[in-house]
Amino acid sequence: MDFNLSEEQQLLKDSVDRFVLDDYDFEKRRKTSNSDDGFSRDNWKTFAELGWLAVGLPEEYGGFGGPVETMIVMEAIGRGLVTEPYLPTVVLGAGLVAEAGTDAQKEAILGAVAEGSCMLAFGYAEPTSRFNLADVSTTAEKKGDGYVLNGHKSVVYGAAAADKIIVSARTSGGVRDKDGISLFIIDNNCKGLTRRDYPTADGLRASEVEMENVEVGADALLGTEGAALPVIEKVVDQGIAALCAEAVGCMEMLKDETNEYLKTRKQFGVPIGKFQVLQHRMVDCFIELEQSRSMTYMVTLKLDEDEKERRKAASSAKAQIGKGGVFIGAQSVQMHGGMGMTDELKISHYYKRLMQIDTMFGNRDWHLKQFAALTQ
Amino acid sequence: MDLAFSPDEQAFRAEVRTFLEAELPDDLRHKVRQRQELEREDYLRWQRILHARGWIAGSWPKEYGGCDWTPAQRHIFDEECHAADAPPLLPFGLQMVGPVIFTFGRPDQKEFFLPRLLSGEHWWCQGYSEPGSGSDLASLQTAAVRDGDDYIINGQKIWTSLAHHADWIFCLVRTRKEGKHQEGISFLLIDMKTPGITVRPLILMDQGHHVNEVFFENVRVPVANRIGEENRGWTYAKFLLGNERAGIAEVAWNKKLLQRLKEMAADTPASGDRLLDDAVFSRKVAETEVKLTALEYCNLRILAAMQEGSPPGGEASMLKLLGSEVTQAITELTVEALGYYAAPYELADRTPGSNWSPVGPEAAEGVMGQHLFMRAITIAGGSSEVQKNIIAKMVLGL
Repeated sequence: MDFNLSEEQQLLKDSVDRFVLDDYDFEKRRKTSNSDDGFSRDNWKTFAELGWLAVGLPEEYGGFGGPVETMIVMEAIGRGLVTEPYLPTVVLGAGLVAEAGTDAQKEAILGAVAEGSCMLAFGYAEPTSRFNLADVSTTAEKKGDGYVLNGHKSVVYGAAAADKIIVSARTSGGVRDKDGISLFIIDNNCKGLTRRDYPTADGLRASEVEMENVEVGADALLGTEGAALPVIEKVVDQGIAALCAEAVGCMEMLKDETNEYLKTRKQFGVPIGKFQVLQHRMVDCFIELEQSRSMTYMVTLKLDEDEKERRKAASSAKAQIGKGGVFIGAQSVQMHGGMGMTDELKISHYYKRLMQIDTMFGNRDWHLKQFAALTQ
Repeated sequence: MDLAFSPDEQAFRAEVRTFLEAELPDDLRHKVRQRQELEREDYLRWQRILHARGWIAGSWPKEYGGCDWTPAQRHIFDEECHAADAPPLLPFGLQMVGPVIFTFGRPDQKEFFLPRLLSGEHWWCQGYSEPGSGSDLASLQTAAVRDGDDYIINGQKIWTSLAHHADWIFCLVRTRKEGKHQEGISFLLIDMKTPGITVRPLILMDQGHHVNEVFFENVRVPVANRIGEENRGWTYAKFLLGNERAGIAEVAWNKKLLQRLKEMAADTPASGDRLLDDAVFSRKVAETEVKLTALEYCNLRILAAMQEGSPPGGEASMLKLLGSEVTQAITELTVEALGYYAAPYELADRTPGSNWSPVGPEAAEGVMGQHLFMRAITIAGGSSEVQKNIIAKMVLGL
């Protein structure tokens, strides 16, 4: 057993940590988040130059590293509250292509992702599906060699910036059947696709993506027709592991900031950290963070195990991270008092991100239910 | 013991309901229902309608323009107003400074301020907290130095709700530096138009402008604007805080929020079911409703005791604690009910005529913003930690 990073991993960690510390201070982040795109294309170029956009991709397409390297990058993204759409593009989008793509699809997309010239997004949720990945009303009907897509994908993070959007659509079966789901790679500017773009509460960008008779060729199909659900579940579990790492980065930042505030903010003539009720609350935050970090290591190291083990790992980690993140977020606001409520201090921004992380890919209750079903 | 309201009280409820049906404007009702931010004029319009009916100050004595309602009547009035989606009545004038003025003010102060407060001509805000004095309010530093018939004020207040709308501010200021903190504080009424006052917005995490910093630089305030005696301000401030607690549990509002949550959960599709049919979610809603019911009856017991003439003591802190926790539980569940549709956050133009519509279901509007803003209620007006200290000390003698 070994929870230490290798030398190469440590170098990667130093490089992303340094970027967040030197080039992503909170005022810069605020400006970036408030810009039209909600992120910086210059930063994206930097990510490409430093190799971070190749993390986790297959080596034959210019990639390197695996789940641990993704965890390292995502934890730094959490610490800096980085808004660049790394999760949609590299973890989800490129992850799906790497998992299910043909050689030609991988050739066309993965190299471009790694060099920063292609951004991706993944539309999996729909207005009535809630957190069920198998609940797909969007349809893809065969037409000649290709398909015609109709449907509505909800809250697709990174869709506005994406060159290509990957969507799940039903090629056969009933709305909630596990079989009959397929994946399609669609050009963002294709005919019949409309988007409503909006900022999200946590300072990112997402879109409603509607498809009305979107016609695609056979080469848009990603993976085997009708058999996409296991692929989606696997890549979403990779997304969950990445999201857990991001959450740990957020939680650690809040823990450090709040701990420091308890030592410096004085009321009744003493630092408020002298009050036992706040000491114990701070200890609870610390313990939640440690549990979350442990669960993040656990799920990261289990991503390559068999489906059942992997899904158990992902659901248990996500349940812990959802609870721990919202707890630390809310308590950091509370212990900062009025200052914690302000837009000016970064505390509330981390809280807002942790709330979204709890919801993304299914909230605590959803994953507890999955875990119960898997462990009965 | 009897849980029922008397026939008179029931008749009063019917009267209030009829009034609301006839007089509450639809656009205000809609704004409140959709959790939109209310503008200055929205509050004032509703205040003027109530004022015209003579129902603006339920708890005040008749001689000062109030209704002299019993605590039960006030409770009924609140319930009906919230059920109808009426805008809230802001507490700063009606619940806070008004009673201080009619209890401790001079006749000329009462004559000048009270009618203007009731009519809405004077919008009041509260100058209590300072950057260095939050939970430890008595350590406040804003200085008032005597100069002839005036005080010269220098200092800063913070978290001043809606100061950008206000005509007047009631302020705790330091008039003596020696001795116990509490014994050097005075209570002043200050015209916001006085030279030297600057109001600066503080944007909160919901991106809303609710609170401000208020700066005082050599602000000249007539000594005549002092309430009561010099250095006795803490006594009046404590009286005010006690008064503030009477409706602090916000039972009626919480009931309304809970009802909206259940309606939303019934309308929310959850992969083939309604969200309300989800066993885990409905259990959490039920738990919250039970907690709210317990709070409601705690509140009614305290109301009944007040009706018999005994003012709430440290128990009022319990109402504040429970009420704020229930509100936060409800807004959290409302966010949860929306699932992924809690994320979209557009600060769009929502004035009538704009073609903006919320992303996702119509009921999604304002939900996340309300939840984020409501994180403040366990901090403002005495944090939950301070309320527990009060109960430990005053009720339990620890």
